[in-house]
Amino acid sequence: MFLFIASEIMLFGAFFTAYFFVRVAAHTPWPTSGHELPVFVAGMNTIILVTSSFTVHWALQAIKRGNRAGLQAGLTLTFLLGLTFLLTQIREYSRLGFAPYTDAFGTVFYCLTGLHGAHVLVGLLLLLAAAIRSYRGHFTAEAHHGVEIPGIYWHFVDVMWIVVYTTVYIL
Amino acid sequence: MPNPLRSEAEAFRFLLGAVVYFAAIAIAGVINTWAGIVVFIVLSAIVLWWWFRSREHRVPPQIAPGSRSAPGERRILVVANETVGGSELLDCIRQLSEGVRSNVFVVSPALNTPLRHLASDEGPARAEAQDRLERSLARLKQEDIQARGEVGDGDPLQAIEDALRTFGADEIVISTHPEGRSNWLERGVVTGARERFMVPIHHVVVDLEREA
Repeated sequence: MFLFIASEIMLFGAFFTAYFFVRVAAHTPWPTSGHELPVFVAGMNTIILVTSSFTVHWALQAIKRGNRAGLQAGLTLTFLLGLTFLLTQIREYSRLGFAPYTDAFGTVFYCLTGLHGAHVLVGLLLLLAAAIRSYRGHFTAEAHHGVEIPGIYWHFVDVMWIVVYTTVYIL
Repeated sequence: MPNPLRSEAEAFRFLLGAVVYFAAIAIAGVINTWAGIVVFIVLSAIVLWWWFRSREHRVPPQIAPGSRSAPGERRILVVANETVGGSELLDCIRQLSEGVRSNVFVVSPALNTPLRHLASDEGPARAEAQDRLERSLARLKQEDIQARGEVGDGDPLQAIEDALRTFGADEIVISTHPEGRSNWLERGVVTGARERFMVPIHHVVVDLEREA
C-alpha cells in the first residue's frame, strides 16, 4: 500500500510540477484573465470530502467494536458524500466557461482536478464494494482489512484534494 | 521498508494534520502573500523537526500475529543467513517439533551492501539468498524436517514481519553466528525482534567454524 501511495504521490507531483511551471511562466496575475474559479462551491466540496474521511474513520472504528450497523452507515454515508463531491465537480466543469483546450491554464486545471476526480471515482468503487460486502455480512471486529485499505486510500484522496484546492483555488 | 501509514487510523491523523497545515497557509496567504510564505516555511520546519524527532524516539508497535496453527500443529519460523545448516539450529527445531506436527518456514533475508541497497540493485543479493534458501531446505530435508521458505527483505526484522503476515508463527528461531562475528547481534536483531514481535523467540548461536 505504501509503494502504491508513493507512486500516486509521484504521479500527482508530475501534474503539480506542470501546474507551477505554467503558473510561473505566465508572468501574469493568477488565474489568468477570463478564468473565474468557483472558490466557494469548491470550498463546500472540500468540506464534503473531508467530512467523508470522518465517516469512513467512524465506519472502521465501528466494526473494530463489532458494531455492524455503524460500519454500514459509515460506509454508506462516505459513499454518498464522495458521490456528491464528484457530481458537484462535474456540474462545476459544465459552468466554468473554459475548456481543457482553451489555454494552458485550462489544460493544467482540468488535468489536475480531472486526475483527482478519477481517483475519487476509483475510491467510490472501492467504497461501494466494501459497503456491499458489509451488507452481506462480511467483516468482523478481527477481520476488516477490506475496509482498512479503502479507508487509507480515501484519506489519501482527501489529502490530495486539500493540496489541489489550496494551490489551485486559494493561492 | 516499513510503512509510515500502517493503518487507517494513522492515515486519518495524517489527513487532520494536512487540513490544519494547508488551512493555516491558505488563510495567511489570503491575508498577505508574504505572510503565507512565512507560515509555510515555519510550519514546514516544525513538521520536519517533529518528524526527525519522532523517528529518533520511535518504538515500533508490537506485532502479535495470532496463531494460525491447526490443532496439534506448531508453526516455526526460522530466520537464518548462512547458519541454517548448523547442528544447534537443527537441534532447536527438533526440540520445538517434539510431540507436535511441525510446520517449518525458513526465511532467507536478501542481505545486501548499503551501496547496492541505495542503488536498488537487489538482484545479486536475492539470487544469493535464493541459493542459500535452497541449500537450507535441502539440509533440513536430509534431517527429515519438512520445510518450505522464501527469500525475505534484507532487514531481518522486516523479513520476519513480512513472513508473520503470510505464515504466522507460534515460535520464531533466529540463528546467528557467535558474538563478535555476528553482524545481526551487533545490530541488535535478536533484542529488536523480542521487543517487536509478541511471539516466543529462540536465539540459536551456530559456530560454523567449530563445526567444520
